[in-house]
Order: sequence, then C-alpha cells, then structure tokens
Amino acid sequence: MSTKPFKGVGERLPLVDGVEKVTGRAKYTADLFPADALVGRILRSPVPHAELLEVDVSEARRLPGVVAIVTGEDCDVPYGILPIAQNEFPLARGKVRYFGEPVAAVAAVDEQTAEQALKLIRLHVRELPIIENATQARAPGAALLHDNKPGNIEREVHNEFGNAAEGFAAAHLIREQTYHTAEVTHAQMEPHAAMASYDASRDHLTLHTVSMVPYYVHLRVAQCLGLDTSRVRVIKPYVGGGFGSRVETLNFEIIVSLLARAAGGTVRMQLTREESILTHRGRPESDTRMKLGMTKDGRITACECEVVQRGGAYGGYGIITILYAGALINGLYDVPAVKYDGYRVYANTPPCGAMRGHGTVNTRIAFESLMTAMALELGLDPIEVRRRNLLPCPTETINGLRVESYGLPECLDKVEAASGWRERRGRMPKWKGLGMACSHFVSGSAKPVHFTGQPHATVVLKLDFDGGITILTGAADVGQGCTTIVAQVVVEVLGVDWRRVRVISNDSAVTPKDNGSYSSRVTFMVGNACLDAANKLKQALVEAAARRLEVAPEQVECLGESFQVAGDPSRSIGFGDATAEALVNTGTLHFKGTFTCPVEFQGGKHRGGAVGSTMGFSYAAQAVEVSVDPVTGRVSVDKVWAALDCGFAINPLSVEGQVQGAVWMGMGQGLCEQTRYENGKHAAANFLDYAFPTIAESPPIDVFIVESIDPNGPFGAKEASEGPLSGFPAALADAVREATGLELHDFPLTPERIAEALEAREREQRAAARKAAKQPATEGAA
Amino acid sequence: MKRILRIRVNGRWREDAVADNTLLIDYLREQLDLTGTKQGCDGGECGACTVLVDGRPRLACCTFAAAVEGRHVETIESQSQNGRLSPLQQAFHERLGAQCGFCTPGMIMAAEGLLRRNPNPGEAEIREALGGNLCRCTGYVKIIESVQAACATEGEAA
Repeated sequence: MSTKPFKGVGERLPLVDGVEKVTGRAKYTADLFPADALVGRILRSPVPHAELLEVDVSEARRLPGVVAIVTGEDCDVPYGILPIAQNEFPLARGKVRYFGEPVAAVAAVDEQTAEQALKLIRLHVRELPIIENATQARAPGAALLHDNKPGNIEREVHNEFGNAAEGFAAAHLIREQTYHTAEVTHAQMEPHAAMASYDASRDHLTLHTVSMVPYYVHLRVAQCLGLDTSRVRVIKPYVGGGFGSRVETLNFEIIVSLLARAAGGTVRMQLTREESILTHRGRPESDTRMKLGMTKDGRITACECEVVQRGGAYGGYGIITILYAGALINGLYDVPAVKYDGYRVYANTPPCGAMRGHGTVNTRIAFESLMTAMALELGLDPIEVRRRNLLPCPTETINGLRVESYGLPECLDKVEAASGWRERRGRMPKWKGLGMACSHFVSGSAKPVHFTGQPHATVVLKLDFDGGITILTGAADVGQGCTTIVAQVVVEVLGVDWRRVRVISNDSAVTPKDNGSYSSRVTFMVGNACLDAANKLKQALVEAAARRLEVAPEQVECLGESFQVAGDPSRSIGFGDATAEALVNTGTLHFKGTFTCPVEFQGGKHRGGAVGSTMGFSYAAQAVEVSVDPVTGRVSVDKVWAALDCGFAINPLSVEGQVQGAVWMGMGQGLCEQTRYENGKHAAANFLDYAFPTIAESPPIDVFIVESIDPNGPFGAKEASEGPLSGFPAALADAVREATGLELHDFPLTPERIAEALEAREREQRAAARKAAKQPATEGAA
Repeated sequence: MKRILRIRVNGRWREDAVADNTLLIDYLREQLDLTGTKQGCDGGECGACTVLVDGRPRLACCTFAAAVEGRHVETIESQSQNGRLSPLQQAFHERLGAQCGFCTPGMIMAAEGLLRRNPNPGEAEIREALGGNLCRCTGYVKIIESVQAACATEGEAA
C-alpha cells in the first residue's frame, strides 16, 4: 500500500485517453456507424443568393431505396446559438443566402441511392444580386439578405470608455491605419459527422455528434423537432478537433435528426471535407481601422477603433464576435480611453462564428502592429514600449474587466532573453528579421450564453462498492485534453492511485449538463467544480476512516490510498475499507461539485458589457524569427519563442501542446490561410486551396510557462489554448518589417503580396533615382 | 462487380468479396471494421488514411482494394502487439504527439514506413516523410519529438 498520496497536478502527464488515440481504438462519430443505418445526404444550394420558388422532391421520392426526404417545409422553427438572434433554418425556407446552404436531405438504403436521389430533386429559384463583401452590403440600395436587417447590419456597437478626445489631445504622436484580415476557417481534421436514431414507439431521439457544445445541440434539436428535451439524448464520442467550428448547433445535426424521425430509424451522415468547410463558422474577414495616441515616452493615451466584419449569411455568434472585437482592446495593457465602433454585416457567404481567440484576434493584430510601428517612430524598442503600458494588478479596466493575476511582465522577460532580443533585434542579417507581439484571452466567459441561474459548471463524482471513482462530466474533450485535466484535479485532491479513477463524459442521459468547450472555460470552471466535488468526497472518506479508527476526523490524515491516525502509522486503514465504511447506511456515494462566477466578475453595466468579462485572463508574449526570399516573397518562419501566463500549469506538457498549437494556428492566419469566393461560390473548400502549414514549413516553437497563480483558478490555473494565437500575425509582420523594410497591413502575408510590395518599392526607387539623375542635367542646361 | 479478393491484412490472409471500385479505406473501415484508419478529406489531401502496403506508406482513400490484391496491408490496429504499444505509439502517447488523435493513425503509419526504411532519420527526413500528413492541433512540434524519441527507443532495443 502506498503511504504517499499520488500527485495529480503540476505533472507532465500523457493524456488519460492517449492510448486509445495512438492505437486507433478511439471511436469518433463516423467510426460508430452501424452497417445497417440509412445513409443521409444533403442537397445544397448551387447559387449564393436566390428566392427558393420550389423544391420538387416527387421524382426523388419514387426512387427505390429512398426512405425519407426532408425540406424546409419540414421545419419552420428557426435556430441559432444566441436566443436573441435566431434567424437560420436547418433547411432553407423561402430564400437561400449562401452557396452550399442546405435545401433538402435524403435518407436512403445506401450511398449511391442517396446520391442519385439528390440528383432527382428539382430546385426552382429566382436568383438575387450577390453581396460578396461588407462594402457591397453597406452600400446604399444594396439587396437585403434579411428583410428585418436594414443596411445588412446584424449589430452595430458604439462604446466609449474614458475620454478618447482628451486622450488624443494629450498625445505626442497620433497614428491611424486600417488593417485587412482575410476570412479563415477551422479546418479541424475530422470532417463533420452525426448519427441520429429515432424510436417511434417512445418518440425518443438519440443523437451522436461531433459537437463541442452537446448541451446547446440538445436544446436546439429539441426545439426544431418540437420534442420535449427529456426525449432527446445527445452523446459526444471522441472528436477530431474543434477550434470553434462546433461551438454552436450546426445545420446537419438538426437535419440528420429530422431525417431519422421521418425515416423512423437510424440515419448516419458524414459530410465531405468540402461540405465541412462550407458549414464554416470561422473567423470573419475584417477591416480594422486602428488609431492610437502615444506620449513621447511611449505611453498610450487613447485608442479609437472601428471594426467591420463580414459575418456571412446568418446571425450565429455575430453579436458576441463584434462585441469581443471591442471589449478585449482592454485587459492586456493600461489603455485609459477607448472609443469603439463595430459593425457586423451580412453577406452571401457561409455564416461565420467563433474561432480560436473569438473576436479578439483581428483587433489584436491591428493594435499590436500599430503599437510597434509607433514605438519605432518614437525610437523605442517594441518590448520596452509594452513595459511602459503594463496594467497594475489587481485592477478593473475602464470597461469593467477584472484583472486579478497578470504575468505579462514575466512573459516579456522570458521572450526577450530566450530570443536574444537585445543582442539581435535590429542587427539581423539581410532578409532576416525578429519581431514580437503580445496577446491575452479569457478563461471562460463570466456570463454564459444562456442565462439559466444555474452554476457555471457542475460535475458529479461517484464512489461505489468497488472503490472505483467515476468522474461524470459534460465537459467536451475535442482534443484539448480536458478529460485529463479533470482527472488530474480529482487525483490531486484525493491523492488516490490513477488506476482508481475513470472519466465518463458527454452522454446527456448520464452526465451532468455542461455549457461546453468554448471561450476556454473548462479548465477554470469545470476544474473548480471538480475541486469542489473532490473535497466533499475526501471529507466523507476522512469521516468514515475516523469512525473505523475511532478517532475524530481532524486526527485522520488522508494518504490517498490509505488513511491513518496522524503521527501514528500503525493505525491506518486502506481506501477499500474507508469506502466500505462510507457506504454504510447510505450506499453509492454521489458528490456534486459546482462553480459559479460571482456577479462582480460579470462585466460592465453597459449594453453587451458581459462579453469579455472573465475571472482570469491568460497573457502571452512571443518572438518570431523569419527569413524572406527576396525573389519569391516567401516568408519562412525559422523559430518562435512563446511565453504564456496560464496561472498555474495543471499539466505542463498539455500547456506546451496548446501553446504550440495556438501559435501555429496564428502562423497559418499570418502567413497563408484564407478562404476565397468567386461569384459567391467557395473557391477553396478543400485542403489544397485552403492551404495551412505542413510539417515541412512549421518551425520549432519553444514554450515558456509563467505561473502567476490566479486567486480564483483551480490551483491558480487559467486558460492556455487561445491567448497565444493572436500575437503571432503582428509579431510576424514586425519580423518581416525588419527583414524587408516593408510595413504590411493586409493579412495573410502571402508571397504574392510581399513580392509585389518589394517590386513596387524597387520601381519607386528606380523612378526616384532616374529623377535624381535627370535633375542636375536640367539644372546644367538652364 | 464483386469478386473474391485475397489479401493479407495485419498479418492475416483473408478472402473477401469486394467490388472492383471499392476503395481500400472503405474495405478496411466498413467491411473489416478497422476504423482506426481515418478519412479527413475528399481524396489525397490530408494523409489521415495512410496505411502500409508491403511496408510502404500509401493513401487508402486513393487506392482500390483490388489494386493491393495479394499484398500485405498494415493498419494502426496492427501496431501494438499483445497489449504492448509500438515505440512510435509509446512516444506519441508520452510526448503528446496526439491531441485530438484524428490524424494520429495516419501520422504513425507514415512514420513507421519511414523508420523501416531509415531507422535513424534526421529532422529534415522526418519532415519530408510526414509532409503529406496534416495535423491541425499540435503545430507538429511534438510530432517531430515523438518520432525522434521512438528512434532513440528502437536504438536501445537493438
């Protein structure tokens, strides 16, 4: 028997479900499809904008092997993640608003029959003018996507905190620049998939799906099918990545459910890669006009920022995204005045949504880029100018965000030292550069999307006759590793052997409700709920051990696998005996743990003030080293040094993995990723045209963990998965500036853009040289 | 048209009725229930379906099952023997070479193919051999470390 408690947190532990993943035993949704399930396929709009006059399915229905067909006629209940902005139908009704929007769906006995049936469905449409971008959408007289949204505006935000005019009046240097950032998409490796089984005798639906938010899917599927929520069961198997793509209910999840009910059986649906990309919900194309005021010594006096986001065809998360884009200007530095104007605009493109760093990334790119440009103009070092704008801690920002732990200064120190910044910055060899930037993100939104009055997180620990501890949680592991984190927290508190603990997650019939894996809430909130539950279980075991040992509970020392009278190792009992005693007169033990963000953390009183509010921000700084090919314009990222203040690293190995993944995804956005539409049709819905970095061009990323020990996080922990992303593109542009002398404002920094800018500069230089050569001659002639 | 296909899968000879146009990935996943091999794209773009055919990496989504008749197909399911993980599996597990795990089977099979050819590849060779295997979680850093660690263990074992 071990006499020392087992260690749970602070250890570099492999994933508790890692063996399943490396052996191929992990079952993802499409791996669970039974052979006899019907095959579901979706017919998608071939045009980006049109009135839908008729969807004629009569011929398709007659095809042998077709079991069910559903169209917009079969569901007139709109859905959407935000209760105040539900304007989407699972299958289009009346109008189609983007190329690829679902119009009808078929369940058939096999793939070929389903495909053939789709070809037999006749669409009659009257095409409408296509709104391709935000400028067209906002032009006077533009066709409207939604009749109740004049000017194609989903939401305008106008906020001012502090006095921006006064701030600019006090500035020594004022600069303004517009930054364009292309639309990017999650491209998670697992294509979308779902399976629905409808039991007609009980009017009961079971849905297996790839969701990051099974609870929200549960609500919306019940809503759209008109089913009581008690007759819906949602199960999330292993999920192959999310990054925000599955953070709201998606059309195919409702469609497969409608099909299953219509067919009275089980329908499997696997979307192609093209369809997965068309489902989108990624980061919107944005124009960010950033204006900053700075004193001579680099202190920011004011910020004015206007953001226009092309949100795509439906509301989705749009209101939150446009609010985030303004709210998180604050919380990283001390910015005394901010005026923010945001416009979320409709267009005939797939709906945007939440993507890693939700809403904050493109604003951060603009802010960091301009901050560095101004620092250089004032003769200040980019790291130094950030040191001059640090927040005091603890503090509350001008827009009501609380900062209670702040490791940014240490992040700057780490990155400066590791990258050799002082010796190398400004002295890099020709066509090489070193750049840096900072970023931050929330550890969960302090106010949930749906206000229910319930705790922010709930978990249940079960201990039974066998001495096994089962953690029941709705926290959705999509690869970020939260299943491992919850197990670590429980093992740390109880000190028990790892083999005693198992995690059961994401079956609504079994596990407690969880809001889901979004806004990096799980480690912080579910972690705290686990802490609560584990402490309660520990107390019960200590009391039981005290009864057996015939001492007071205070005299019992918990050693994890055993309990002993403090200071007397001869008087002890094992975990099994303590469990047996604890079960006397009560039977199976269930302890519920909860966590609630106190109201004082839930943001400012202004409209939308809850967005951006959190109990703890992660902080990141990173330095990026690049080489630029002067002929092709191609940028190679040679090395990245990234420091993250995650409060406390419950699993340092996992934190490293998350930071590397986030930095790398920021690299994709900075270097090459962009969706493309031609006449409203997606021209990059595959992995060749939507290119992200391969292993061949991905750099080493050194990670430095800073532990500021947040007063409210579990063991002091904060988020680690999103914050490090948004610093990358600006750090990249800074490095490219050193390498080339170019000041670039359009992202991604593709070879074409850089080569063009270099050529343009050369042309200008040649013209200037010609002019200079001519001038003395002219003077001589005179 | 279906015909009888004689093929060796994970060390065992089999005879199955397979249509001429059945892709190897569908044969493995649907007929043999070997779902470790994943489909991540619409054909040949992501590497998630990488298996070994006679020891060399091949994309199961671009290969007809009939085209590998009489040959040896190895999938991720063959890599752990008697409950023991292969050196690559062990390394990917311990060093977090897998996050969501979806690209992992293809990644490990591509790396296995490399190590059989070249038990001690340099970093550049690892990058080249895995260039067709996309991952969206890790930034590839820990994947490279995992392959390097597996080489070191295999070296020790020998």
